[in-house]
Amino acid sequence: MDYFVNVTLTGLTQGMIYSAFALALVLIWRSTRIVNFAQGSMAAATTFIALALIQAGQSYWVALIVALLSGFLLGALIERVIIRPVEGGPELNAVIVTLGLFVAIQALIAIIFGSSFQSFPTPFGVRGFEVGGTTIPLTPTSLYIIGSVLLTMALLVALFRFTRVGLAMRASAFSQEVARLLGVKVGGMLTLGWGLAAVVGSLAGLLIAGGSFVWPAYMDALIVFGFVAAIIGGLDSPVGAIVGGLILGLALSYVNGYVERGSALVSVAALVILIVVLLVRPGGLFSSTTARRA
Amino acid sequence: MSDLQSPASTGTAGKASDDAPVKATAGGDAPSGPAKTGRSFLPESTLLRHLLVLAACAVLAVAVLELTSPFQNSQLAQLTYYAIAAGGLTVLTGMNGQISLGHGALMAAGAYTTALLLDADEPLPLPVILLAAVVVATAIGALVGVAAARLHGPYLAGATLALAVGLPGLAIYFHDIFGGEQGMRVRAPQAPEWFEGFIDAVSGNSASSTKWLAYVGTICLLITYFFLANLIRSRVGRTWRAVRDQEVAAELAGINLGAWRVLAFVVSAAAAGLAGGVLAIVVRLAAPSGFTIVLSLALLTAIVIGGLGSLVGALIGSALLVFLPPFVTNLGGDFGLNQTEAAQLAPFVYGVVLIVVMIFVPAGFVGTIRLRWMTRKAKRAMAQAQAAGASRG
Repeated sequence: MDYFVNVTLTGLTQGMIYSAFALALVLIWRSTRIVNFAQGSMAAATTFIALALIQAGQSYWVALIVALLSGFLLGALIERVIIRPVEGGPELNAVIVTLGLFVAIQALIAIIFGSSFQSFPTPFGVRGFEVGGTTIPLTPTSLYIIGSVLLTMALLVALFRFTRVGLAMRASAFSQEVARLLGVKVGGMLTLGWGLAAVVGSLAGLLIAGGSFVWPAYMDALIVFGFVAAIIGGLDSPVGAIVGGLILGLALSYVNGYVERGSALVSVAALVILIVVLLVRPGGLFSSTTARRA
Repeated sequence: MSDLQSPASTGTAGKASDDAPVKATAGGDAPSGPAKTGRSFLPESTLLRHLLVLAACAVLAVAVLELTSPFQNSQLAQLTYYAIAAGGLTVLTGMNGQISLGHGALMAAGAYTTALLLDADEPLPLPVILLAAVVVATAIGALVGVAAARLHGPYLAGATLALAVGLPGLAIYFHDIFGGEQGMRVRAPQAPEWFEGFIDAVSGNSASSTKWLAYVGTICLLITYFFLANLIRSRVGRTWRAVRDQEVAAELAGINLGAWRVLAFVVSAAAAGLAGGVLAIVVRLAAPSGFTIVLSLALLTAIVIGGLGSLVGALIGSALLVFLPPFVTNLGGDFGLNQTEAAQLAPFVYGVVLIVVMIFVPAGFVGTIRLRWMTRKAKRAMAQAQAAGASRG
C-alpha cells in the first residue's frame, strides 16, 4: 500500500512537470500554430544559466528568477527573429525551423557549459515528512513542484481571464484578422505568447532538474513526454494539457514502479499511449477533430 | 538520379511554358513527366534512361572508390548509408509531405536485424541478411505508417519523435538479446574471392575489408536510388505528389489518401532498414547510442539542405553530413576549442543551417537551382510567344 501511494505521488509530481511543459507547447500552438520542438533546448539553456549562477554563489531563488527572465527574453527573441519569417508558411517549414533550433541550442549549451553531467541543487529536502513515526512518501520538494506549477497556472488563468493584455492575446490566437481590425497589435501579442510559454517551459526545466543531474540533452525525454501530454489533451486545450500531463505522469510512474526493469520501457510506454490515444481520438481527448487540420 | 535527366535537356530551347515557376514551398519538385522537349541524348523510356544513368553511375562509383584512399573509402561507405536512408526520407517527406523524425529508429531495426543474423554460427549470405533487415524495418514501418497516415504536420512529427526516443529503449529492455546499452558487436562479412579478382583486374589495388564494405554500400545505394527514381517517375510518384499538394482534389479523384500515405511510409521504411543494415556492417556496432534523435534529425537536415523531393539533393545533403563534421571540428580546434567542444560544433552548424535554409532558401540546394532554371525557361518561352505574337500582328 505504501509503495502504491509512493508510486502514485511520484507520478503526480512528475505529471505536474509534464503538464507545465505541455502547457508551454499549447500556449505557442494556440497563438502561432507551431509546435515548438525547441522548447526543451530553450528550457535546458535557462537551467544552465541558473546552474552557473548557483555555482557562482548566488542563492537558488535569484537563479530561478534570472532563469525565468532569460527564458522570457529568449522566447520573445526567437519568435521575433527566427519564427516570424516562417509563420503562416507551410507547416513543414516551421517544424523544421524549430527542429533546427532544438539541435543548435543543445549544441551551443554543450559548447558553453560542457557536456558532462552536473548535479543541480534543490531548495528543499527530498526526504518524506514524518507523521506519527511513519514516513509518508511526500517530500518538501514534491510539494514545492506541485505548488509552483499550480501557482503558475493560476497566474496564467488570471492573466488570460482578467486583464486587457490577456484578452488581446486570446483575440490574436482566436483570429488574427479580426484582432487586427480591432486594433490589437497581433505581432506583439505573438511575441509575448512565445515569451510566456518559454517562461513556463523554463520553470518545468528547472523543476525537473532540481535534486538531479543536468547535461545538455537532459530535456530530450521531457520534450517527448510534454508533447505526448499535450496530444493526449488535444493541442488546443490548456486544461487538456494539464490533465494529459497528470495521466501520463501516473501511467509512466506505474510502468516504472511495477514492471520489471520498467525504466527502460518508460519512453516506449509513452509511445504506446500516444499511438493508442491518436488511434481512438486523433485530435486528443479535449479537442474537436477539426482542430487537428488547422 | 531521376534529376540527371533535367540538365540533359537544358540545351534544347525551352518551349514547355506550362512548366511555370512552382511555388517555393518546403520542396522544390521533380519536374513531372518525361522530358517534353525535342532533342535529348537519352532514350524516351524512363526505365531505359534510368538504366543508362545507373550504368554510368556504377562506372563512376568504381572509379571514385579506386582513386581514393582507404580512409576516404570508409567515409564513402558512411555516405552510402546516410544517402540510402535520406533517399527513403525524400520519398516520404519530399514526395508525400509526411515528416518523420523516427527514421533513426527504423535504421536501428535494420541494424539490429543485421547484427543478429551475422552473429549466427553459419551466417546467411549477405544479400539475404540485408533483405531481412529491409523486411523487418518495412514491417515496423507499416505498423507506424498506419498510425501516421491519420496525422498531419506537427502531430506526425511528434509521434515519430516518440518513435525515435522509444524504440531504442526496447534494445535496453531486452538486453539479453540486443546487448543493452553496450549494443552488439557486428562481425564484418568477408569479401568473396571474385571481389579480389575484380579489384585486381580494375586497379591492381588490394581488396581490403574496408573496400569491400564500401562496395557493398555503393551497390545498395545504386539499387535503392534506381528503384526510388523509377518509383518517383511512375504513376505511384505522381499520386504521392497529388496526395501531398491537393488532398481534397486527390480524394475526389478516387485516391485513397490513407493507403497511399501508408505506402510512402513503407517504402521509406524499407530504405531506412537497408541503410541500417549497411550502417551495422560499416560501423560494426549496433547500439542504442548510435540511433539517437540526432541521427533522425541529421537525415532530415540532409534532405532539407539538398532540396526536399530530389534524390540528387538527398545525395548532396548526405555528403555534407559526412564531410562537414570533420571540417567543422578541425575549424573549431583551430579556434581554440577543446575536443569535446569542437565535436559539438557540427550539430550546431546543422541546426543553424536548417534554420537559415528554411528562412532564406526553402527549396534547398537542388530545388533552388531547378527553380532558377525553370523561371528562365518560362521567361524565354514568354519572350518567344511575345515575339511570335508581334510578328503576326
